Amino acid sequence: MNYLENRKYVIQAIFIVVGVVFALRLFYIQVVDSSYKQAAETNAIKTVIQYPFRGLIYDRNGKLLVENTPVYDLMVVPKEAREPDTLRLSKLLGLPFEDVRERLKKARAYSPVKPSIFYQKLTTQDIAHIQDNLIDFPGFYINARTARGYSHSSLSHALGYIAEISPKQLEDSAYADYQPGDYIGKSGIELEYEKYLMGQRGVKHIMVNVRGIEKGPFKDGAYDTLSVAGKNLYSTIDLELQKYGEYLMNGAKGSVVAIEPSTGEVLAYISAPFYDPNLFTGKDYGKNYMQLLTDPNKTMFNRPIMASSNPPGSIFKLAQALIALQEGVITPETGYPCNQALVTCSHAHQAPSDLSIAIKTSCNPYFYQVFRATINQGKSANTFKDTALGLGKWREQITSFGFGTKLGIDLPNEKQGIIASPNMYNKIYGENRWKFSTIYSLSIGQGELGVTPLQMANFMAIIANRGYYITPHLVRAVGENGKPLKDYQKKHYASVDAKHYPPVVQGMADVVSSGTGRNSSLEHIGIQVCGKTGTAENPQGKDHAVFVAFAPKENPKIAIAVYVENAGFGAQSAAPIAGLMMEKYLTDSIATKTKWKEKWVLSRQYLNID
Amino acid sequence: MPIEQTIPKYKIASRSSNRTSRNIFNNLDWVTVLIYFLLVALGWMNIYAVVYSPDNVVNIFSFDINSGKQLLWIGTSVILITMLLAVDYKIYEHLAYPIYGAIILLLLFTLAVANPVAGSRSWLELGGGARLQPAELAKFATALAASKFLSNVNLRQQNMKDQMILAFITLLPPAIIILQNETGSALVFGAFILAYFREGMSPLILIIGASAAAIFILTLLVPKLYLIIVIALLMGGAIWLDYRLMRRIKSMIALFILVVGMIFSVDYFINDVLQPHQQNRIKALISPEADPLGYGWNVTQSKIAIGSGGFWGKGFLEGTQTKFDFVPEQSTDFIFCTIGEEHGWIGSTILIALFLVLLVRIVSIAERQKSIFARTYGYCVASIIFFHFLVNIGMTIGLAPVVGIPLPFFSYGGSSLWSFTILLYILLAIDANRAQDLSR
Repeated sequence: MNYLENRKYVIQAIFIVVGVVFALRLFYIQVVDSSYKQAAETNAIKTVIQYPFRGLIYDRNGKLLVENTPVYDLMVVPKEAREPDTLRLSKLLGLPFEDVRERLKKARAYSPVKPSIFYQKLTTQDIAHIQDNLIDFPGFYINARTARGYSHSSLSHALGYIAEISPKQLEDSAYADYQPGDYIGKSGIELEYEKYLMGQRGVKHIMVNVRGIEKGPFKDGAYDTLSVAGKNLYSTIDLELQKYGEYLMNGAKGSVVAIEPSTGEVLAYISAPFYDPNLFTGKDYGKNYMQLLTDPNKTMFNRPIMASSNPPGSIFKLAQALIALQEGVITPETGYPCNQALVTCSHAHQAPSDLSIAIKTSCNPYFYQVFRATINQGKSANTFKDTALGLGKWREQITSFGFGTKLGIDLPNEKQGIIASPNMYNKIYGENRWKFSTIYSLSIGQGELGVTPLQMANFMAIIANRGYYITPHLVRAVGENGKPLKDYQKKHYASVDAKHYPPVVQGMADVVSSGTGRNSSLEHIGIQVCGKTGTAENPQGKDHAVFVAFAPKENPKIAIAVYVENAGFGAQSAAPIAGLMMEKYLTDSIATKTKWKEKWVLSRQYLNID
Repeated sequence: MPIEQTIPKYKIASRSSNRTSRNIFNNLDWVTVLIYFLLVALGWMNIYAVVYSPDNVVNIFSFDINSGKQLLWIGTSVILITMLLAVDYKIYEHLAYPIYGAIILLLLFTLAVANPVAGSRSWLELGGGARLQPAELAKFATALAASKFLSNVNLRQQNMKDQMILAFITLLPPAIIILQNETGSALVFGAFILAYFREGMSPLILIIGASAAAIFILTLLVPKLYLIIVIALLMGGAIWLDYRLMRRIKSMIALFILVVGMIFSVDYFINDVLQPHQQNRIKALISPEADPLGYGWNVTQSKIAIGSGGFWGKGFLEGTQTKFDFVPEQSTDFIFCTIGEEHGWIGSTILIALFLVLLVRIVSIAERQKSIFARTYGYCVASIIFFHFLVNIGMTIGLAPVVGIPLPFFSYGGSSLWSFTILLYILLAIDANRAQDLSR
C-alpha cells in the first residue's frame, strides 16, 4: 500500500496549485488591472441599447409605405431613483398619481438595479417638455428609439404592425436575440420578414456614477457593438391602386386582391373594414388594439387569406369547364339543354349550345351536366364507386389550381380553404352511400367548398396566363438590388393544358361584353376585360357578391378578385369595383364616362337591393 | 508518532469516562480547531460588513441582521461540537449506514413536501421561519457511508460489483439533489473522486476527468478547427517521441475520434441539454463583459468589487461595491467579494492561505489514522472542503462558472455552517481517539 500513500503528495499539490493560481489571479485583478477600480469609482455600468433602424418598406413605384419615426422611452433605474417626487413626476408626465406609483413598483419588482421602461413611446414634443426637468429626477433617463410611421392610412392588413415582444416569445429559444421591451413584427409583412427587417442591435456600455452622470465608455468601448440597420423591402403593392380600392371598399365588408399574372406580384390587397396603421404606433396602441379586436365587423380578420369557409359560387364553373375539357368529356362545341329539372337556373337565357355561351349565361343545368360527365365516366359499374373515383380524380385537378391548399403567400396565417373529397363524403354519409346526386352542387360552386379571395385572384391569374401561376407575393425584393425569395420565382402549372383555355376565355369576354359582368367593361378605353360573376350562398344572411376578372384579354396585366359580403349578386357591386380598379391600374385615371360607377359603388345602394 | 507509543495498552482496557474526556481534550487537533474558529469569526465579521450601512448603523449582535443570526448559528455549532466530541467515537463508524439511510429518506421527504424557494425544492421549513437544507447534511452522511464501505476487509478494489456499489452510494444523494433543482450542491459529490484516488482508484479517471473538463473549456474559447489540429499534433508528437505507441495506433485513433466527437458535442450539450440559466453561467465564465447587465452581472460586479480592493483593501466596513446589492447573494455565495474589497490582496491571500493550511492539515490528520475508515473519511472531508473552496472563490474571480455553493465556515447560513462543523468535528473526534484503535 505504500505506493498509494505517496498519492497524498499529489492531492496536497493539487490544493496548493489551486491556492497559488487564486492568489495570482487576485493579484492581477486587484493590483495589475486598474479598470475594475475605475468601474467601481463610477459605481455602475449602464447599458444603452442602440436600436437599429428597422428596414423600410417601399411600394412598387418607390413610394414609402412604412417609415421610421423617432419615439422616446423614459427609463428608470429604481435604485438610483431612490424616492422620487412622485407628485411632481405625475404632473410632469400627465399621468395619474396612482399610475406613477404603480409603474415605479413594477420597475422595482423587475430589478432594482437594471433599467426598465417607465413610460413608453413619448413623442418629440413630450420630450422637449420633460427633458429639462429630468435633472431633478436621478435614475430617470431618456432612451431614443424608432417606431413605425406611415404617411398614408392604407394597407393595414398586409403591412401588419410591430409591438413589444411578448413574455411567451421571450421564453422561446427562437427569439434568443430579443430582450424584454424589444419590438417585433406581430402580423403581416412585419412578421413574415422580421428577420430581414429587424437588423442587429448594438450595445454601448457606459459607466455612470451614483448621480447618474456618465463617466465614459466601459473598457474604452471594447465590448460595445454597433447596430446594423435592417434590410429595406420593396413591395409589389401599387399604393395608388391600393388607396383607390380602399376608397371604393370603405364602409363595405369584403376583400379585393389584384395580381399581376405574369409575375404573381400582388398589386392591391384589401381587407375591409380596414384600419389606419398609424393607430398602432403611438402611446394608445393597447387601447386601439383592443377596440379593433372586439369590433363586431371583425376588422382584424385578414379576409383575403383567412375568409376560407365561403363557397366560390358561379366562378367555379370556369374551373369545371377547364377540367372537363382536359378530361375530354366535353369539347368547346358541346351543348346541353337548360334542363331546370336537374337544378334551377335563376333566369331565362339563350340556349347553351356551346361552352362559351354556357359560361356567358352561367347556366346551372349546363354545368350540372358537365360536372356529371367529369365525375361519372363509367370507370366502375357501381355508380357509388364510380362517383368516388371520379371525385378523387377531379379533386387532384382542382387542387392544382391552388384551391384547397395554402398558396404560400408571404403573409402569416394563410388558410387553405375546403375542397370536397371522397373521404369527406365517406365520413358524412358512409362509404358507398353517396353518388353524383348527393354532390352535384359542387358543379356550380356551392356545397362543400371554401375558397379564399386570394385563391380566387390566383385562379384568375392562371386563366390569364393560360395555365400557370407564380405564387402570389407582396415583396419583390429584399434589400437593395435584391430579388424576391426563391419560392416566388417558380411557375406552378395547373393540370389543364394551355390549349383548353381559349373557349373559356372567350366565354369570360362575353360575360363582360354582353353578359352579367357588363358593369366591369372597359370598352370605352378600348380594353377587353374577361370576367365572371358569382354569388356565394350565405346561410347566415344575405348572399355574398363575387366578381373575378383579368384584363386585357390578350397579354393580361391585371387579375382581380372582388368579394363583397352581403351584397347579393356579383354583377351589382363586385363587378363595378373590379372594373374601376382595373381602369385605375391600366390607365392611371378614371374616365369621366365611368364616374357614375364610382358614385354608385360609393352610395352602397347595392347593399339594399334584394 | 510519539503520543500513540506512550499510551500503554492497559489504559484502553480500563478506560473510564473521566479519562476519556481528558484524552480527547489532550489529543484534539488544536491547530485545526484554531483555524476553524478563525474562519468562523472572520466570516461573521464579513457578514456584518455586508449589511453594514453608515447611514443606519445596526449593532453587530442584533438578531435583525444576518450577523446576529449567524452568531446564533455559531453558538449552536459550539453545542454541536461538544456533543460530537462527547459521544463514543465508534458510533460514527457503526452508524454510518443508518445515518446515510436516514439522510436519504430526509432528502426524499424534502423533495416531496418542500415549497419551491427560487425554483429549488431543497428547503425544509422547521417552523418559526427557520429552514434546513438537508442537501448540506448529505455530504457528511455520504462521506461516512463511503468510508465505511471502503473499510470493508472483504472489499476488492478491482471488483466491478464493489465499484458499482461505491458509485451508487456516492451518486444517489446528488441524483435526488438534482431533482430538488440544487445542481450546484450536487456537483460537490464529484469531489469524492479525490478521496477514492487516495484509496487506490486508478489515476486515469482523474486524468480523464481533468482532460475532459479542459477540452470542454477550450472548445468554448478556441475555434474548433485549431483545437483539433493542436490535439492531432500533440498525439502525433507523442507517437514520434515514443515509437512504442505505434503498436497502440488503433486505440490512439479511437481516442482521437472520441475527442473530436466530444468537441462537436459541446455545442449540442450547451444549447440543448443545459437549461438557459445554466447556459448563461457558462457564457458568463467565458466572457462576462459581453452582457454586463444580463448573465454577466454577478461575475462582472463581483470582479469589480474584488478588483477595487487593490493591494491593501479599503478597510473594514469601508467597502462600497459589496453593499447595496451590487453583488447579489452577497453574504452567502459571494462573501469572498467583501474580503477582496475591504481587505485587498493581502486579506484575500491570507484567507486562501488559511484554507490551504486547513486542507493540508486535514490530509495529514487523515494519513495518521490507523483505520481505513478514518483515513478515507478524512480525505472525504478534505475533498469536500476543497471543492467548495475551489468553486466558490473561483466563481467570484471568474475562474469557475457561477454555482451557488457557500464558502465553508465563512458564508452566512445555518445549514451550511452546521454541515461543515459536523463534517470536520466527526473527523477530529475520531482523530482524538485514534490511539485506542491500536488495540485492533
